[in-house]
Amino acid sequence: MKRRDFLKAVGAAPVIAAGSTSVLAQHAAPPRYGNLLVLIELKGGNDGLNTLVPYADEAYYALRPRLAIARDQVLQLDQHVGLHPALKDLLPLWQARELAIVQSVGYPAANLSHFRSIEIWDTASRSDEYLGEGWITRVFAHAPVPRSFAADGVVIGGQDLGPLSGIGPRVIALANSEQFRRQARLAAPMEQAAGGALSHIMRVERNIAQAADRIAGEHSFRTEFPRTAFGESIRNASNVIASKSGVAVVRLSLNGFDTHSNQAPTHARLLQTLGEGMSALKSALVELGRWDSTLVMTYAEFGRRVKENLSAGTDHGTASVHFVMGGKIKGGLFGMRPALDRLDGNGNLPFAVDFRDLYATVLERWWGIDSAGPLKARFTPLGVLA
Amino acid sequence: MVNRIPSSTLGLVAKSRACRIRRSHGRGGLVSLAGVALILCLVTTTAGAAQVLGADDARHLLVRTTFAATPAEIDKFSRLTRAEAVERLLASTRSDPSTRPDAALDVWTPRSQIRAMSEEERRAHIRRTNQQGQELRGWWFNEMLVTPSPFTERMTLVWHNHFVSSLQKVRPTRLMYRQNLLLRRHALGNFADMLHAIARDPAMIVYLDSASNRRGTPNENFARELMELFTIGEGHYTEQDVKEAARAFTGFGIDGETGEFVFRRALHDGEVKTILGRSGPFGGEELIDILLSDPRTSRFVVRKLWREFVSPNPDEHEIGRIAAAFRSSRYDIAVAMRALLTSEAFYAAANRAALVKSPIDLLVGTLRTFQFEVGDPFPLVVTARGLGQDLMAPPNVKGWPGGESWINASTLLARKQVLERLFRGADPAPMRPEPMRAQQPGIAPQASAARSRFQKGMSELRFDENAWMAQLRGGTVTDAVRIILPAPPASSIANDGDRIAMIRQLTLDPVYQLK
Repeated sequence: MKRRDFLKAVGAAPVIAAGSTSVLAQHAAPPRYGNLLVLIELKGGNDGLNTLVPYADEAYYALRPRLAIARDQVLQLDQHVGLHPALKDLLPLWQARELAIVQSVGYPAANLSHFRSIEIWDTASRSDEYLGEGWITRVFAHAPVPRSFAADGVVIGGQDLGPLSGIGPRVIALANSEQFRRQARLAAPMEQAAGGALSHIMRVERNIAQAADRIAGEHSFRTEFPRTAFGESIRNASNVIASKSGVAVVRLSLNGFDTHSNQAPTHARLLQTLGEGMSALKSALVELGRWDSTLVMTYAEFGRRVKENLSAGTDHGTASVHFVMGGKIKGGLFGMRPALDRLDGNGNLPFAVDFRDLYATVLERWWGIDSAGPLKARFTPLGVLA
Repeated sequence: MVNRIPSSTLGLVAKSRACRIRRSHGRGGLVSLAGVALILCLVTTTAGAAQVLGADDARHLLVRTTFAATPAEIDKFSRLTRAEAVERLLASTRSDPSTRPDAALDVWTPRSQIRAMSEEERRAHIRRTNQQGQELRGWWFNEMLVTPSPFTERMTLVWHNHFVSSLQKVRPTRLMYRQNLLLRRHALGNFADMLHAIARDPAMIVYLDSASNRRGTPNENFARELMELFTIGEGHYTEQDVKEAARAFTGFGIDGETGEFVFRRALHDGEVKTILGRSGPFGGEELIDILLSDPRTSRFVVRKLWREFVSPNPDEHEIGRIAAAFRSSRYDIAVAMRALLTSEAFYAAANRAALVKSPIDLLVGTLRTFQFEVGDPFPLVVTARGLGQDLMAPPNVKGWPGGESWINASTLLARKQVLERLFRGADPAPMRPEPMRAQQPGIAPQASAARSRFQKGMSELRFDENAWMAQLRGGTVTDAVRIILPAPPASSIANDGDRIAMIRQLTLDPVYQLK
């Protein structure tokens, strides 16, 4: 409703004044940051075609003579597609209808550089636009996270803050929550300075001290975490989530998806690691009573080229598949099957779901925030939430 | 290799003349006129410039222009007027590096040779190129540490963040090395010459896709950034101007066999273009001259220098004054710097400790200020990257955004960990490298080799606190504070006679992150 129409409606019918209050109240409804977002970055660009395999498509086998997953190996989900066998740990989630698989996620005028394309994803920019801050940073500027939270966001393993980069959010990067609490002694909460750069630094010092104070150390889980670096990240993320005062976003990453050569064994190992990790994360979230209030989503800069290369690997591509899981997720397949008959001049796939549609889903449906401001345009949320 | 950073590297070539007329590197139509320069001298030599600096102002000037201020340098500069101090800085600048990288970093592998490689050889070639990228970063870092002309390196870094190119895209180190030499050659020379040279610079040609800009199939990348980021700035041109400007640069490319610039006339669009209201069969050189004749270019560049050297808040009136002098000098960078560094605003109390140190400022500044012995620069390059400044690989064509965005919870803790490690004192425990792990695909050398090289390099860093404290006039905490911090500390500094602990506390104070 435009403001003028609203005023007209109010003016024409003073009786509904009580009703108008509730319209305003609804408008100002606080964002639901009790709903946690966990992001998993698949660094290097995951091969979507060998993740969710279009096993019924002859073109897939024709373009991937060495890398295609044999039809009888595929964990078939319907008559067209199925999971890579290394993702068997995701099957219980699929069967419980708690796993949404979004196909053909990408964006117009795809950039094939790792650095530029992940920047586009991290900042939710157009392909020809450079934005200085991460998309979640803009969201938090628009709808702040309560100060009582331990931090706005926590990045596990790595100092590149990705979607949380830029000035504003209270973001903590840590590899291990115990170690972070030890390091945090270097930051001291001090009186607010007069202004300018010094007050920014002192604000950051206070954020560190507050997070160290409120983020729990080791939580004792019954869940067995995989003995991989990623499993360790999941364990540390679970420790952070176990903290009473909460965080709104946790970002994890799994490295190594840039499979230019001899892809098959590497990719199988990565998918195995991912599947085990996601399964352990679910188990830990259930233990913490957070499974219904957590949405887990994967993302990556791009997928891989459809045609395999001469080194039994794949080069940088465009659209790919992504997972969304959680207790409130409506499981199933979303988006469009990879259109192997409509490749572009470089032999890359067209996209069907803009990655910012996924972001709009999180904003509108998960956090209850209007997404048009932070995303700088209107995108269409997907129906992945029950 | 162990280099001791010289305690006093400046002021070797002091010139007492209040205003030195720099020789213009004559390019058609841009020859500087002695008369113009003389007027500029009068303009920039304002009343405030006649006072003697004193220690605090000397420190302020040195830290902002040369990364660091040692007690000896502060002493020398404190007795000069603002104008004399700037002249001394300008007089000591080099236009070439004082060290050379390994010759292998300046070798070009002809494209035909790469094409003939087997898959395995090609992979090895890529690995070697990545490794060399790391060495090139180390070479520049080390040059910043040991050069007798740190002002030159500071300016080269400014231009690196203006005319951005990145090893991530450019790849061969020879191109980025030569671009670095180009930026240094013009660092305090002539902006117009630098801009003309950068349009023909092979690294820039690769970075902004000039090579695929051809008659009939223009690529707008370079033309757009030329206007948006190098000259007049966003909002002062139309999309149509970008399209037309791209046509002017068609045919610019590099020779795959030599790695040198080549102009391919057959690919050039020689038809009439209309750009910013002017029409003609412009080529790239003419288009650049059109942009240089636009007064917005001098304002845009001076505003950037203001944010680099004076304050994050541009004073448009002062910028207008300095830009006018810069423009009428035909873009003599020394003229702009002289005006900025003698301005009231530069020394104003409100602008002290107003800038956030970049990771390079922090690392190079600390190592130079405290005269560390430095061995392999590898861990320093890796640390700078972990702090958000991967030398020779800015995040995108806009460069590092800088300012407050340097500091978040992750980078601030990482900064403090480095400082704590540097001033740990007698405890020889090696620093754990894990927070500095290289995360970007393709540039991390084999993890375990990198880790041991990191640790070895860190263990080669040496600081002699007694020798350093002995240089301080009074040798008191107050003396140390005035050298180390740009403003009074925010925390309370304990003084129980433990020198290294006192220095560590001062560097861990939030004010140390500022300059």
